[in-house]
Amino acid sequence: MYGRWVLTALLVWPLLATLLVLLAPATRAKYVALGASLLEFALSVPLWWTFAPEGGMQFVADYAWIAPWGIHYTVGVDGISLFMVLLTTFLMPLSVLGSWSYITRREPGFYALLLVLTTGMIGVFVALDLFFFYVMWEVMLIPMYFIIGVWGGENRLYAAIKFFIYTFFGSLLMLVAILVLYFHVGQATGTFSFAYLHLLADLHDLGNLAPWLFGAFFLAFAIKVPMFPFHTWLPDAHVEAPTAGSVILAGILLKMGTYGFLRFALPFFPAVALSETVQAAIVALSLIGIIYGGLVAMVQPDFKKLIAYSSVAHLGFVMLGIWALTLQSVQGALLVMINHGISTGALFFLVGMIYERRHSRLIDAYGGIARVVPLFAAILTIVSLSSIGLPGTNGFVGEFLVLLGAFRTYPVAAVIATTGVIVAAAYLLWALQRVLFNPLDKHENEKLTDLTARELAVLVPLLACIIWIGVYPKPFLRRMEPAARQLIEQVRSK
Amino acid sequence: MSLDLAVYRELVLALLPELVLTAWAMVLLLLVAWRHRTAGDLRLTAWLTLAALASTAVAVWWLWWNRAYAQGLPGMLAVDDFRWVSDWLFLGAAGLTVLVSVSYLEREALLAPEYYLLLVFATLGMMLMAGGADLMVIFLGLELMSVAVYVLAGFDRKSPRSAEAALKYFLLGAFASGFLLYGIALIYGATGTTNLRLIGIQVTLTQGPSVMLLAGLALLLIGFAFKVAAVPFHMWVPDVYDGAPTPVTAFMATGVKAAAFAALFRVLTESFATAAAWRDIVWWLAVITMVGGNLFALVQRSLKRMLAYSSVAHAGYLLVAVASGTAAGRSAFIVYLVAYTLMSLGAFALLAAKGRRGESDVLIDDLAGLATQRPWLAFALATCMLSLLGFPGTAGFIGKWYILVAATGAGDPALAAILVLASVVSAGYYLPVIMAMYMKPEPTAAAHAEIRLGRLGDAAVAAVVAALLLFGVWPNRLLDLARTAGDSVRPAATTQPPSPPPPAPPASPGS
Repeated sequence: MYGRWVLTALLVWPLLATLLVLLAPATRAKYVALGASLLEFALSVPLWWTFAPEGGMQFVADYAWIAPWGIHYTVGVDGISLFMVLLTTFLMPLSVLGSWSYITRREPGFYALLLVLTTGMIGVFVALDLFFFYVMWEVMLIPMYFIIGVWGGENRLYAAIKFFIYTFFGSLLMLVAILVLYFHVGQATGTFSFAYLHLLADLHDLGNLAPWLFGAFFLAFAIKVPMFPFHTWLPDAHVEAPTAGSVILAGILLKMGTYGFLRFALPFFPAVALSETVQAAIVALSLIGIIYGGLVAMVQPDFKKLIAYSSVAHLGFVMLGIWALTLQSVQGALLVMINHGISTGALFFLVGMIYERRHSRLIDAYGGIARVVPLFAAILTIVSLSSIGLPGTNGFVGEFLVLLGAFRTYPVAAVIATTGVIVAAAYLLWALQRVLFNPLDKHENEKLTDLTARELAVLVPLLACIIWIGVYPKPFLRRMEPAARQLIEQVRSK
Repeated sequence: MSLDLAVYRELVLALLPELVLTAWAMVLLLLVAWRHRTAGDLRLTAWLTLAALASTAVAVWWLWWNRAYAQGLPGMLAVDDFRWVSDWLFLGAAGLTVLVSVSYLEREALLAPEYYLLLVFATLGMMLMAGGADLMVIFLGLELMSVAVYVLAGFDRKSPRSAEAALKYFLLGAFASGFLLYGIALIYGATGTTNLRLIGIQVTLTQGPSVMLLAGLALLLIGFAFKVAAVPFHMWVPDVYDGAPTPVTAFMATGVKAAAFAALFRVLTESFATAAAWRDIVWWLAVITMVGGNLFALVQRSLKRMLAYSSVAHAGYLLVAVASGTAAGRSAFIVYLVAYTLMSLGAFALLAAKGRRGESDVLIDDLAGLATQRPWLAFALATCMLSLLGFPGTAGFIGKWYILVAATGAGDPALAAILVLASVVSAGYYLPVIMAMYMKPEPTAAAHAEIRLGRLGDAAVAAVVAALLLFGVWPNRLLDLARTAGDSVRPAATTQPPSPPPPAPPASPGS
């Protein structure tokens, strides 16, 4: 019973809550939004237990939507999308709570958009119909565009339109590719349908169309990930977005790109994806992302931009893990996706919190504040260490698995990627030193107040996840293993 | 219901919508001869015009409901779903234009009820264009429409820009008509007939069309390209759209363009389906129109000029549907035009409310802060912009999607790819409108206080937004209608003789 309606409820409830937020008095909007997103999280939690790892696609719901074109509303989750859905519902209440005092004008609009965004993101992860997937992929653009453009920093207009046009550009070519697939499979089988499983099952000999179609999907997802050299929208968007926007952008939106590779680009076009040129290109781009992202992060004077570039590096690990196509590396990639959402999310929250107090994101504006705000310093240190990948934190498990798995397929690449971990240690520890430990030489910093109870409420769940995954990742690995294995078999067999 | 057009009584039945509208036009003509001085007269005429359009729509509905089709020898009129649905489209565009015009005319002191009369005549011309199964009927419809619209473009007599617009439109329009007529003459010379079906049979039977026929076809295409404003025949668009009163601009951008496209679809399908020559021409026309229209629009700062160039770009998208040459293309045209009519009328209506003295001086940045002061207006305009952009959740997306389906279904994904890339460019000029409204502060506290749509205008805009969102999420009914309409126009050779009975009954007509 729960299985039949839960995904639909997860999609519909935020939209209903949007109306509630808009109808509520402006000062109460955030309470409504918090309640709504907590309820959404509560709705999604039973997925964790009721999910059967070996069960393939589950919680499936399927209704005709635009029947003449074979468009259905089809949703379901497997071991890949389950975690993305849970990550989304987990981060949303925290984002609402993290915006509590940050957002001071046009509050109802902001929280309403956060909720619409929730629907869009969950829709992307659960869609099993390519039309529905595309619609959701686009729908989530608009709320983010407004969140950056209305509540962002000084340069927000530029960042917002850049974010929009980059993503729009990639996704529209994907739309044409989806249509070509639709006609190709439809003419071969006589059944015109956008159903994911139908297209996947009957997708044979695309001939010389395949590279073009793969290219279109690749562009859409690579821009979203973002892979070097399509990453230039990311620092702008991250820096200008309000805290919650950055958290969601890094925590969830970027994962849509890697999820797209796992769900569509790889299984649809295994021959192209595993051809030597494409393999070499993607591994090379991932490595460039890892090393270049880290090096550029190192020289950023702006803490938020530093984290933004570190995302490029982390996502490089994910891409490497996916393309290595061993069980460990794919599981590792999935774990890095989750970890990056948690650790980078936490980092953005922390930067946002200190920004609210001091109104500066420049690393040079701080120094020695560990003595003034010990709690903040402690948490920032733990989160940074997890982002570096210290054993005992979540970051270690994910990146270690990726490297381990990738070593079997691309030994040289794995060795180069390992240096990326060292670069990560360098930029984050150096930043920590400059922010927390150097002499306390700026008198503005002497009166900083430490974290409040509300801010702790945002951070503690994230810390708990960092330790949990770091110490005992088995529940996660167990749930993703069958799906990862199936993906690998599917791709390798063609 | 089968109609033999050679029988007088049945011909009258087939012409019923046009006759109803003509009768109303006569009544209105007499009325405005007496009552043409006060704002009250103006409003009375507006209501009567709405009644005229509504009763014509009912007449169309009656024929559609009885599934009228033509039998016997090929006549001068087409009796098919494509005609009915196109008629509804024109009537709807005219109706929305009337709603928008009421408060506009009063505000701009254009107290001449003949305005509505001209709208009615233009609509009549459009209906003849969509319903003509003979090049002469199509030409007569085109002229009837064009002459009325020439006058409408210059309706603001005190404004030199309006006069300039009318003169330009008239000169270039006359030129285009000349091309069209000469094309018809050559086609007649080559085939000995002006009937679309008979031309189609001739073209199919002769191996390799003659030079004269091809020249005629080329001239015909040029004539239509002028009317639909395809690049490079779009030169008149910016100045004419800019100078004409805004509701007239809206009507030109939607109704006039729709009519020209409807006739073009019919001619190319019924007469020239087997002549491959036009496909490459239309293909290239579509490409340069999409690219050109979007690039020109990108650099505009005036909202009205931006919308004018964007309508050129949309003509390019529609040409993609033409280039596909399939039934899906004709259905896509219907769906796209429904969406396009709604969204661009909505956008022009809001522009008309914002501006003064011809609106050409309303810059995109003048909308700054609209969202804080007039949230509903901003929401409506934002919906129209997103729909024009082709964003999912709006009717504009469904329309564009259908065109993409038609293009890829016809085995031309390259054209589809060009279309979507052109759409990306269009984000560069639609988004700044949203950006100005939502993300920039208002210049003064009273910056947008004077915007008045009037009660009718409000109703029209609300209906437009509701329809855009509804068709964006639940387009099924519209798609059914468009599909039967698209299927009902067939290449001449496949349906001779006799006319087949109409396809399966519509799912639940009348709703």
